[in-house]
Amino acid sequence: MASPLAQFEIKNIAEASVGGVNVSFTNSALFMVIAITAITLFLVLGVRKRATVPGRWQSMAELSYEFIAGLVRDNVGQAGRPYFPFIFTLFMFILFCNTIGLIPFSFTPTSHIIVTFAMAFAVFIGVTIVGIVKHGTKWFSYFFPPGAPIYMAPLLVPIEILSYLARPVTLSLRLFANMMAGHTMLKVFAGFVVALGLLGAAPLAILVGLFILELIVAVLQAFVFTILTCLYLHDALHLH
Amino acid sequence: MSVEAAKLIGAGLAVIGLAGVGVGIGNVFSAFISSVARNPAAQATVFPFTMLGFALVEAIALFALLIAFLILFG
Repeated sequence: MASPLAQFEIKNIAEASVGGVNVSFTNSALFMVIAITAITLFLVLGVRKRATVPGRWQSMAELSYEFIAGLVRDNVGQAGRPYFPFIFTLFMFILFCNTIGLIPFSFTPTSHIIVTFAMAFAVFIGVTIVGIVKHGTKWFSYFFPPGAPIYMAPLLVPIEILSYLARPVTLSLRLFANMMAGHTMLKVFAGFVVALGLLGAAPLAILVGLFILELIVAVLQAFVFTILTCLYLHDALHLH
Repeated sequence: MSVEAAKLIGAGLAVIGLAGVGVGIGNVFSAFISSVARNPAAQATVFPFTMLGFALVEAIALFALLIAFLILFG
């Protein structure tokens, strides 16, 4: 029987090499393309009718837009409107990658630390640059919270800097660990179902419950990644 | 001691940290229930932060579980 971790293997679908660098089209890339295609079809075909009273599909497409627009408005404010397309893309991409990965025999791109770290690092660099461009050298006052006594600075500032630098790590690790551990747990219980034969009905019932939990976690993790990005952006734009 | 036995013991020790996570998640939802009981109109405002708090605490659980899986199967 295969190990529960075998589902995370990267397999080359089309070999390609550019100057010695391996740029093969892998199963990870395939599922990212599938996610992007699904998002595009969902949104473009959804609003094709442009009805004033939206039907079901158009409602769903508009709801996803409204949800993220409300999130950006509440957590970043008016100054965050230019960043809405990025945050919407981030949310939809993570959401679709997470949920498509729950289909049996598929692959979850976000269950690899390199994918989640790329996104979290992009968010971290982007938010830092936004902060520095907007506030100049005053951005460094972010590490000294207002109202704290000055003699606490040697203790407070290094801790604040460390927790700021930990942001891309925790952001990426949270999504990666949720996806990897959740999917591994599903495979472990699936292994029990097969191994127990007729008594496998009990782990099967637990598996159904676990699958619903994983679906909730998939949506929740996309939401948490997005809302944390909004909060970091708020901190960068308004310096606390 | 064989590597296999050490792996199993290590994985068992790693999940002890989930006790704190259980307390944390209980705290988050207990605060949510108390606040909604005092002020039911606040539910829609407080709910997103409850979900955010739950996910942040759950992340710690997932870190511990990840270490356990890495010890077991890595």
